[in-house]
Amino acid sequence: MTSYNANMMAVLKRLYMGLILFFMYAPIAVLIIFSFNASRSRGTWEGFTLDWYIRLLNDQHTQRALRNTVLIAIFSTIFATAIGTVAAIGIDKLKKRSRTAIMLVSRVPVMMPDVIIGISLMMLFLFVFRTLGVGSLGFGTMLLAHVIFNVPYVILSVTPKLRQLDPNLYEAALDLGSNPLRAFVQVILPELWPGVVTGAMLAFTMSVDDFMVSFFTTSPGVQNLSIRIFSMTRRGVDPSINALSTIIFVVVMIMLILINRRDRRLIHKNAEDD
Amino acid sequence: MPRLIELVNIVKDFSQNRVLDNINLYINQNEFLTLLGPSGCGKTTTLRIIGGFEQPTGGDLLFNGESILHTPPHKRQLNTVFQRYALFPNMNVAENIAFGLKIKKVDRTSIKEKVQDMLKLVNLVGFENRSVTSLSGGQQQRVAIARALVCKPEVLLLDEPLGALDLKLRKEMQVELKNMQQQLGITFVYVTHDQEEALTMSDTIAVMNEGRILQIGTPEDIYNEPKSAFVANFIGESNIIPGTMLEDRRVSFAGTVFECVDKGFEEDEPVDIVVRPEDVRITSKDAGALVGEVKHVTFKGVHYEMRINTGGFTWKVQSTVQSPAGSIVGITVAPDLIHVMQKSAPVREVNAL
Amino acid sequence: MRRLFTYPYIVWLAIFVIAPLLLVFFYAFSGTDADGYTYFTFQNINKFFEGIIEGQPFFQRIYVRVATRSLRMALQTTVICFLLGYPLAHILASKGFRDKPILLFLFIMPMWMNFLVRTYGWMTILERNGIMNNLLRRMNLPTIDILFTDSAVLLGMVYNFLPFMVLPIYTALTKMDKRIIEAAQDLGASPRSVFLRVVFPLSMPGVVSGITMVFMPAAATFIIPNLLGGGQFFLLGNLVEQQFLLVGNWHFGSAVAVVMIVLMLVSTFILSRFDRQTEASEGGMRL
Repeated sequence: MTSYNANMMAVLKRLYMGLILFFMYAPIAVLIIFSFNASRSRGTWEGFTLDWYIRLLNDQHTQRALRNTVLIAIFSTIFATAIGTVAAIGIDKLKKRSRTAIMLVSRVPVMMPDVIIGISLMMLFLFVFRTLGVGSLGFGTMLLAHVIFNVPYVILSVTPKLRQLDPNLYEAALDLGSNPLRAFVQVILPELWPGVVTGAMLAFTMSVDDFMVSFFTTSPGVQNLSIRIFSMTRRGVDPSINALSTIIFVVVMIMLILINRRDRRLIHKNAEDD
Repeated sequence: MPRLIELVNIVKDFSQNRVLDNINLYINQNEFLTLLGPSGCGKTTTLRIIGGFEQPTGGDLLFNGESILHTPPHKRQLNTVFQRYALFPNMNVAENIAFGLKIKKVDRTSIKEKVQDMLKLVNLVGFENRSVTSLSGGQQQRVAIARALVCKPEVLLLDEPLGALDLKLRKEMQVELKNMQQQLGITFVYVTHDQEEALTMSDTIAVMNEGRILQIGTPEDIYNEPKSAFVANFIGESNIIPGTMLEDRRVSFAGTVFECVDKGFEEDEPVDIVVRPEDVRITSKDAGALVGEVKHVTFKGVHYEMRINTGGFTWKVQSTVQSPAGSIVGITVAPDLIHVMQKSAPVREVNAL
Repeated sequence: MRRLFTYPYIVWLAIFVIAPLLLVFFYAFSGTDADGYTYFTFQNINKFFEGIIEGQPFFQRIYVRVATRSLRMALQTTVICFLLGYPLAHILASKGFRDKPILLFLFIMPMWMNFLVRTYGWMTILERNGIMNNLLRRMNLPTIDILFTDSAVLLGMVYNFLPFMVLPIYTALTKMDKRIIEAAQDLGASPRSVFLRVVFPLSMPGVVSGITMVFMPAAATFIIPNLLGGGQFFLLGNLVEQQFLLVGNWHFGSAVAVVMIVLMLVSTFILSRFDRQTEASEGGMRL
């Protein structure tokens, strides 16, 4: 009797998992399938075509948007990682009270709704431009905005590693005759590295995925991929979006599998170390 | 004495690894039985099988003569004191102790009463409303014991309960636990890797290694008459010397022939000789069966510990009299203090099974 | 070195985090007169609470309705995400599934895809002549026209935010010391009481952070209502966007933003109280 119940439970669990996964993948599957649909219709299948991919290849706007997304993701990740790591180390050395205060303010961009980050940064940029009499929203402001909302993710990833750090490590390096800079580069940084990498990866993903903040901090002429998709959906039915989604899906999947394999190897290695 | 728990041919595999290999063991009512062995020997797994947290791959587990293999843990008449205690962090001391009673739907007033009794027993009166995470290791351990004892189980399983405590507290708790066991008349199954703890507290010790029970007996038996070099070495320090059994009562090792009390070996059978460091007697150069040079002397409080090299073998020797390093001395061992063992099974054999 | 590392960052925070927020508050509490002069006023905030038509009951005033609608949708999203997500997290963390990281991976993967794209996918499915209705028609069932309704927006929000509910609960459940559960069983607790008395209370921190991670963004989103709700569907986020990008009224837009910030702080405060209750016993260690 009990084993019968246990089997029932196992079946139910599987069924539930299956339903949720179906729910999660339904829209993605639909997008992928209809990216090969010969008709513009989003409801009926009328034969196989690669037209939408070809059209996408010739679409200057989308290509420029893709380039912007990649460039902004790379540069905002580099800047945010540098600023965030240095800031995390600085914050860690502060007294408890000022540390809590600064951490609280640091977290604001994570806690605030994206819309508010977006409009407040837009106001700041326009305010400065108006005061100076020069400048306008565009690539530069979008990049800066991405750095601003990415810094906290780096700080939040590096801080736990700093906490784990043996406080004597740095002193031991100094004691053994290395100068502060060398001690930092050779002893502290390698210990922080996993946190730095996590933070950078998070920052990169957040940047690629961002719509809201970008939307408010750029001009209509400079789009990233999210904004491009948004404007395409606004213009009504366009199977190019499906083609683009399919490409994004494939790229994301390959990246995730690569990251996952790397992680698993790391886990494997750690397990062996035990 | 009636047998309360019986393990019959218990086998346990974790994926490809055999961690318990044919365990046979019975535990009597009111007995204090200790499973003793190095880490990874399978003692905790044995305990977890009794508690119901692991299912054995083969064999049977009897409680009062009936199999309880398929009884889930919450229906077994035994309670466990976990390694590192596993107290419920979302409950205070009193709530932790009352947990089992609430499950049994005991009424409020008697819960209160019983919790108070338990707090008295473990010396924690006044700690009712404290958060368990604010307690010291020793106090947490007492809460864990109180929590397990409040339901008056027939058997208490204890998984290295004193492992996280400092030496002084350990010693105190050993005595307290033993007293509690005698006072309450509950059967204790106790897991530890600490041989001294096992010797002090137990009625019976089962020494385990590599998934097998090597020897079961009273503390005195196990200490005085170890059946294998492993047991001898694990229970207290030992000199273990390869030797040859010449005939009954005559054995050769360290290049000399000794008289002993063992018999029943084959002629010229290779054996292991075990001699306790405190059983080695230091004599003058001429009176010794062996002659060696004192290499090392360490003061240990009650006695001196010396390393004496007799060419080919370095002896661990304990004595209340110090022989200075560099001096040449003789040593002898009385026949009844020479323990002759069959060559212990090579380590590999267990895995090969 | 401490100063060298910290002071530039403090300046950074002041310019890029604090100053923009101050600007929001500045605009929310000011107006510009015909001569271009700026003056202090509560009129923007008042406008939000009074609406456009005079004399309406409080909850029928237009902007108040936008706010209550946002909160209601966010609350519904959170409740549904919790009801769907807790069992899912529990299954993912349970014995047979825990050692299959591929399931968690499968579940998280859609999250990494641009959410606009996924929402667009739902549009394709839910459209009047979309896939769902085509299938229904083929089976001779009545069609459902839910795109551009509350239900569609709710569906889109649940779809987008579900992983944010599942992951923290999953983490809390897997982090839980297995021995604590065994201890409860050992003391006679049936699987049901183990869950109710031990597992669920100990997973509360995960639940609270799940709620935070779903409720806040759900209350502020404007893109999902925009796509799945059609142009006419209005939540607080849409109102802010409209005021800044279409109407160009920074003063009123900022006032709406201030209302959102206040709502956010209030809900964070309420949730943190829940969190403190569950963490009180754990936090005691540091005393």
